[in-house]
Amino acid sequence: MGVLPMAAATLTKGKRRRRSNFGQDNLVGYLFISPWLIAFFLFTFIPISVSLILSFTDYNVLANSGDFIGLDNFQRMFFEDRRYWRSVNATVKYVVFSVPLRLVFALAVAMLLNTYRRGVGVYRAAFYAPSIIGGSIAVAVMWREIFGNDGLVNFTLNLLGIEGPNWLGRPETAIWTLIILAAWQFGSPMLIFLAGLKNIPKHLYESAEIDGANSLQRFLRITLPMLTPIIFFNLIMQLISGFMVFTQAFIVTQGRPLDTTLFYALYVYRRAFEQNEMGYASAMAWVMLMVIALLTAFVFRSSSYWVHYEADEGS
Amino acid sequence: MAGIEAQAPAGLSAPRVIRPALPWYQRPMARTIFYHAAVGVTCFFMLYPIMWLVGSSFKPPDEIWTNQTAIIPKEFYPQNYPNGWAGFGGISFTTFYRNSLFYATLGTILSVSASSVVAYGFARVRFRGRRIWFAVMLVTLMLPTQVQIIPQYIVFKQLGWLNTFYPLLLPRIGGSAFFIFMIIQFIRSIPVDLDEAAMIDGASKFGIFLRVILPQLTPAIITAAIFSFYWTWDEFLVPLIYLNSPELYLVSLALRTFSDPSGQTDWGAIFAMSALSLLPVFVIFISFQRYLVEGISTTGLKG
Repeated sequence: MGVLPMAAATLTKGKRRRRSNFGQDNLVGYLFISPWLIAFFLFTFIPISVSLILSFTDYNVLANSGDFIGLDNFQRMFFEDRRYWRSVNATVKYVVFSVPLRLVFALAVAMLLNTYRRGVGVYRAAFYAPSIIGGSIAVAVMWREIFGNDGLVNFTLNLLGIEGPNWLGRPETAIWTLIILAAWQFGSPMLIFLAGLKNIPKHLYESAEIDGANSLQRFLRITLPMLTPIIFFNLIMQLISGFMVFTQAFIVTQGRPLDTTLFYALYVYRRAFEQNEMGYASAMAWVMLMVIALLTAFVFRSSSYWVHYEADEGS
Repeated sequence: MAGIEAQAPAGLSAPRVIRPALPWYQRPMARTIFYHAAVGVTCFFMLYPIMWLVGSSFKPPDEIWTNQTAIIPKEFYPQNYPNGWAGFGGISFTTFYRNSLFYATLGTILSVSASSVVAYGFARVRFRGRRIWFAVMLVTLMLPTQVQIIPQYIVFKQLGWLNTFYPLLLPRIGGSAFFIFMIIQFIRSIPVDLDEAAMIDGASKFGIFLRVILPQLTPAIITAAIFSFYWTWDEFLVPLIYLNSPELYLVSLALRTFSDPSGQTDWGAIFAMSALSLLPVFVIFISFQRYLVEGISTTGLKG
C-alpha cells in the first residue's frame, strides 16, 4: 500500500529469480516510457544539475551574468544572512508543530469514522472537504480575514468579553494561525489511516477482548503497531509537504511579522524572483533538497525500530 | 448478542455468559445518539469557516462587520457577485475563468494521457532498466519544486516564453509521477490472460494497450483526471512566476491581486469571488467522491 512501501520493495527486490522472456522487449518498453523519460531529463534532471552549478555562482537573471564564486553563497547563507536562519527557524517550528497535530487529528477522526454506522460517508466527506480546497488562494484569503484585527476570531472573543490580540501582527501568534490552518486540513492522512484501520484483522481485537484487554490496551497493543507502516508513510509525506509550504504564508502573512513566518520556500522565492539572486537562491534550494533527502533517509533508517511489518506479508 | 444468549435452552453444558444489564448510557441506542452528536458537532466546526465564507458573500457591506459570526445573512445581498465579477483594471473574472478552464483542461488531458501510456510501459512491458527507472520516478515525487524551477525559468525566459502557457504545459508531456504510479497499480490488477490471448492473435504491445488495457482503465483515468484538474485549478507558485500580465491571470492569481488588502476594501466582493472559485472543486468533489476516496486510500495520493 502506498508509494513508499512500493519504492522500498522495488529497491530491495534486486536479486529476484530471472523471469522468463515473456514480454521482454527493450525497444517497445522504452518507447512507451519515452514521454516520461524525455520530460524527466528536460524538466527535472538537467534543471537540478544546472541548479547545482548555479549555486556556486552569483548568477543574476536580469543582468544574465554570473561568475563562479566557489562556496561564497554557502558561506553567506550559513554565517552572514540572518534572515536565512530566521526562515529556517520558522520552517522547523511550523513542521514540528503542524505535522504531529495533523497526524493526531487524522488518526483520531479516522478511528471515529471506522464504524459501519449510517451517515459515516457524509461525515467522511465533511472532514475531507477542508483538505480538498486546502491549497487554494480562496482559503488563504479567508484565513487572513478570520484572524484579522477585526476578523471573525476577535469578533467572537469580543462577544465573550475578551479582547483578542492582533493575531497576524504579533510575532508570537502569527505562525500559529498557519499551523492551525495546516491542522485543519488533515483529510488525506485521515483517508489513508481509515483504509489502514479497515485492514486490521477483526480477530485480533476479539481475542484481545477475551483476554480482558481494555480499549486503551487494545489501541496501544493492536491498533498502533498494526498501523505503523501507514504512520510511517503519512509521516514522510507530511514532512516533505510541510517543508515546502509556500502559498499559505505568501497570502496570509507574507512572511511577516519580523520574518516569523518567512518559510524556507517563501524565502527562496523572494531571493530568486523578487531580488533576482538566482545563484544564491539555487544554493538555498539545494540545501533544502539535501535536508529533505537526509531527513527521509533518517526516517527510513529509523523505521526498522518502530515500523511493524507482518511476518507473512512478503509471500 | 445478549438477547440470543438469554434465549438459549437451559441445561446446556457450555458456560453461559451472563452480562449484567447495561446502564442506559451504554445501550446501543444511546451510544448511536452520542456518536452522531459528537461527530456531528465536530463536523460542524470543521465546515464552519467554509459555510461562513459562503454566508458572508451574501451579506451587505455593513452586515459583514456587524453580524460577523452568522452563517445565514439577515439581508440577502447577491449584488456582491456582480460587483466582484467585474474584476480589476478593466478585466473581469470572465477572462480569469476562461484562462483557468483552458489551462486546467489542457493540462489535465496532457498529463493524464501521457501518464497512462507510460504506466502501461512500466506495468506490462519487460525491458532492461525498468526497475531502476521506476525507482527514479518514485524519487522525483519527493523533490522540492524550488530546485527545478529556477533553471527552468532561466531557459524559458531565454526562449521568450514568459507570459505564455508553454512553461506551464510543456513539463506535463511526460505525465505526472503520481498518476503514473496510480495507473500502474491499477493495470497490475487487470489479469494478464487477455493480454496473452491478444498476443496469440498477433496483436502488438501497442495494439494490446489500445484495445485491451485502455478500455479497462476508465476508473483509473477518471480518478487521475479529477485530481489533476483540481491540482491545476489551485496551482499558484508556477503561474505566479510565469504569468505576469493580468489578461493571462488564472483565477488563483486574480484572486490574490483582487484581495490585496492595500487596494481592495469591498470585502463582500472578495468573499463572493473566493466562494465562487471553490465551486468547481466542490462540484467535482461531490459528484466523484467515490473515485477520490478510492484513489487516495489505495495509492496514498496526497489530497
